Amino acid sequence: MNRKVRAPWAVMLPALFGAIITLLPLWYLVDQVVRSGWGAFSDEIFQDRTARLVVRSFLLTASVTIFSVVIGVFAAWITTMTSIRGRAVLLVLLSVPLAIPSYLSAFAWLSWQPGLSGFRGAVLVLTLACYPYVMLPVAAALRRVDPAQIEVARSLGSSTFDVIFRLALRQVRTAIVGGALLVALYVLSDFGAVAAMRYEVFTWVIYGAYRSGFNPSRAASLSMVLVLAAAVLVVLESRIRGRGSLARIGKGVARNIRWKTSLPTMAVLWLISALVIAAGVGVPVVSVIDWVQRDSATAVNAGLVFESIVTSFQIGLFTAIAATLIALPIGIGVVRFTSWPTRTIERSTYISHALPGIVVAISLVYAGVRLLRPVYQELPLLVLGQVVLFLPLAVASIRTSIEQSSVHLEEVSRSLGLGQMLTILKVTIPIALPGIAGGAALVMLATVKELPTTLLLRPTGTETLATSIWKYSTVTDYAAVGPYAVALMLLAAVPTAVLSAITIVKGRSHQS
Amino acid sequence: MTKRFFSLRAMRRAVALAVLPMLALSACGDDSSDSSADTTPTSDLAGTTVTVYSGRSEELVKPFFDQFTAATGITVDVRYGDSGEMAALLITEGDASPADIFLSQDAGALGAVEDAGLFSEMTLSEIEDIDAAYRSASNSWTGVSGRVRVFVYNPELVPTAPTTIDELLDPKWSGKIGYAPTNASWQSFVTGLRVLRGEDGAREWLEGFAANKPKPYEKNGLVRDAVNAGEINLGLVNHYYLYEKIKNEGADAVVAKNQFAAAGDPGGLVNVAGVGIVSSSKNKAAAEALVKYMLSEEGQRYFADSTFEYPLVAGIAPASDLPELSTLNPPAIDLSDLKSIEETQELLASVGLLTK
Repeated sequence: MNRKVRAPWAVMLPALFGAIITLLPLWYLVDQVVRSGWGAFSDEIFQDRTARLVVRSFLLTASVTIFSVVIGVFAAWITTMTSIRGRAVLLVLLSVPLAIPSYLSAFAWLSWQPGLSGFRGAVLVLTLACYPYVMLPVAAALRRVDPAQIEVARSLGSSTFDVIFRLALRQVRTAIVGGALLVALYVLSDFGAVAAMRYEVFTWVIYGAYRSGFNPSRAASLSMVLVLAAAVLVVLESRIRGRGSLARIGKGVARNIRWKTSLPTMAVLWLISALVIAAGVGVPVVSVIDWVQRDSATAVNAGLVFESIVTSFQIGLFTAIAATLIALPIGIGVVRFTSWPTRTIERSTYISHALPGIVVAISLVYAGVRLLRPVYQELPLLVLGQVVLFLPLAVASIRTSIEQSSVHLEEVSRSLGLGQMLTILKVTIPIALPGIAGGAALVMLATVKELPTTLLLRPTGTETLATSIWKYSTVTDYAAVGPYAVALMLLAAVPTAVLSAITIVKGRSHQS
Repeated sequence: MTKRFFSLRAMRRAVALAVLPMLALSACGDDSSDSSADTTPTSDLAGTTVTVYSGRSEELVKPFFDQFTAATGITVDVRYGDSGEMAALLITEGDASPADIFLSQDAGALGAVEDAGLFSEMTLSEIEDIDAAYRSASNSWTGVSGRVRVFVYNPELVPTAPTTIDELLDPKWSGKIGYAPTNASWQSFVTGLRVLRGEDGAREWLEGFAANKPKPYEKNGLVRDAVNAGEINLGLVNHYYLYEKIKNEGADAVVAKNQFAAAGDPGGLVNVAGVGIVSSSKNKAAAEALVKYMLSEEGQRYFADSTFEYPLVAGIAPASDLPELSTLNPPAIDLSDLKSIEETQELLASVGLLTK
């Protein structure tokens, strides 16, 4: 499927531009490390504490990734491959944890179960925040599994177990591994949830270097460890995913096959799903409602809440559009014009995703105050910061949807005389449109929830929902936090609904 | 068929739609300074703008800035954030910083900006009214208000409260003391302890304290509430949390009391919130006017009466029934020594008082 065609400049140049943008933080980090010298760098890196925290970060990342894969694949399976009632509703509900920031979820759990703090609490909260990153792509991929293969396997006497593990899951391996990579990078970069849970991991020393050590260059040295970890994970993911065609090439359309689920089985599946939903959505929502009902030191100003909603929505929308436009040539390049340069470009966009928001923010401060002065502390630089952080969400989604669309349609278009670029615009992109929209929704969600970068790069005086939550929680005014938290979850629920709708519709369009 | 979903024209339109509002918004960001045009100008600085990076919360200081604008006609643009992150921001911006003033929650962040050479010395005569212990030796920054560490206790459970931190190691307090492990003021106290007793002395006290199973809370305010409710007997917090509660709920609703530490005891550490003028400031006159206002009778009263912090300018009395700062005999510590918070956090983590 990978034709040996060199990428046209119209794809290559914008893709390269996108990669350079996302690597801005790396440029800053290397610059800082070079300035402080090898001696200072090795002093920071080769310490007992650093080593100990790297191990703890690794344990947390591995645990959350494994649990997210288990829950994500299970949730994807029951919402696509079983005949359980209310599948669509279930998929939407199981996606809702995406709309809840992990720091809010951590506070909610702790105010209910203070004893939860530590490793267990961190794993719980991060898993609940992350499993949808696995569930959504896997659900989309499962809907495309060729039923003919399953029927053949069964007719040859394969057990249900074999069909699940040796056939279906193998076919959606790429989706699982891709989701797992995003989860792992998220956990590596997270600070909000582990800080609330008081579980000390590597991001603690990075934040400590800024907040308590007032030492940005020390933080830069330490961040190189995360860059290295991200690079290893990214390479690992390419190895595991391997190469192979995901597009159906046979005649006819993919149609869905469903397990006939007995009533008791259905009840058990519903019960398990309900538990996951209660933990991921119920606990935070109940806590936040409880906050709203408390006495507040400040009267809630509905106008200010509304203003914050509009600001958050704008920043989310601009970031989603910018990230999608930048991710498109990268995704098209790596799938349709596979070569080492396009692969390297695509892989490189993941690196900054492992960096804590504050590191990305400080590196953009460094570059912005010197090179982009007119937009410093203005909206465009804030949007740029969010794009750097969240571009991989768009790239992954676009990449998968192009991989799943057959190249033959494009060949037909070419043979009918349409040029290369026009074919991309008129055939490739429209077919991949659901994936493109899904990526945009993921970016928007992540941006709306994001705090550290927003705090440092926002225009002076601008309040988003996340910064308002931060503002009132620093003075322990939970009653004032409440309305903003509710608004944030409701606003984030919009792209979440779009995402799950796309997953459902994508499947349906192939069943006709 | 595909045309309906996507065309070049639609794409161009989408790009234009995406870019235009961004440009428009970034243009709007610039004209925010004329809101004070109709207040009575009191000096030729009226109508100018000072940009403040504030590590102190908006709840706490916004009314103060509004008061300043009303009095002087100078507009204040404030960027709020964490004090430490703000210091890191200033250090990263270097001499290109758009900030005129850095207002910090504690002395450590001010000291770091001073060390980076990013404050200009202040020549205001008002600074001389601040005790030398509460400002930098070179007058690069000055404290504006002070807070004292106290033992907050429930008199129904504890008839006589302890006055030294060593009394807290008595097994009779096991499981009955509250503290806020991630709170900056608690960590400043431990940093002070390290300075006063050395690393080994501090570790010894912390190990004894940890052995007494103190109860961790997320915030100082929650420690105070737990003491007031009788869930624990006493807590280690700043002095003003009690007064905040009395102000919000009335004196009758509050059982808890503050016990100030004995003279020189590390438990009575005084820390300050303070301010410095950024050396790259292009509006130093207005910046100085703001610092001057903070140290004026009006400014000092604002912090004394609305946050119950200690005024630092000599001759201005603290709020309500607070004892005078000069009568407290806090431990003698150079505030610039409170910078090594990272080492404190490492120590706290190693004795099991910070992390799990």
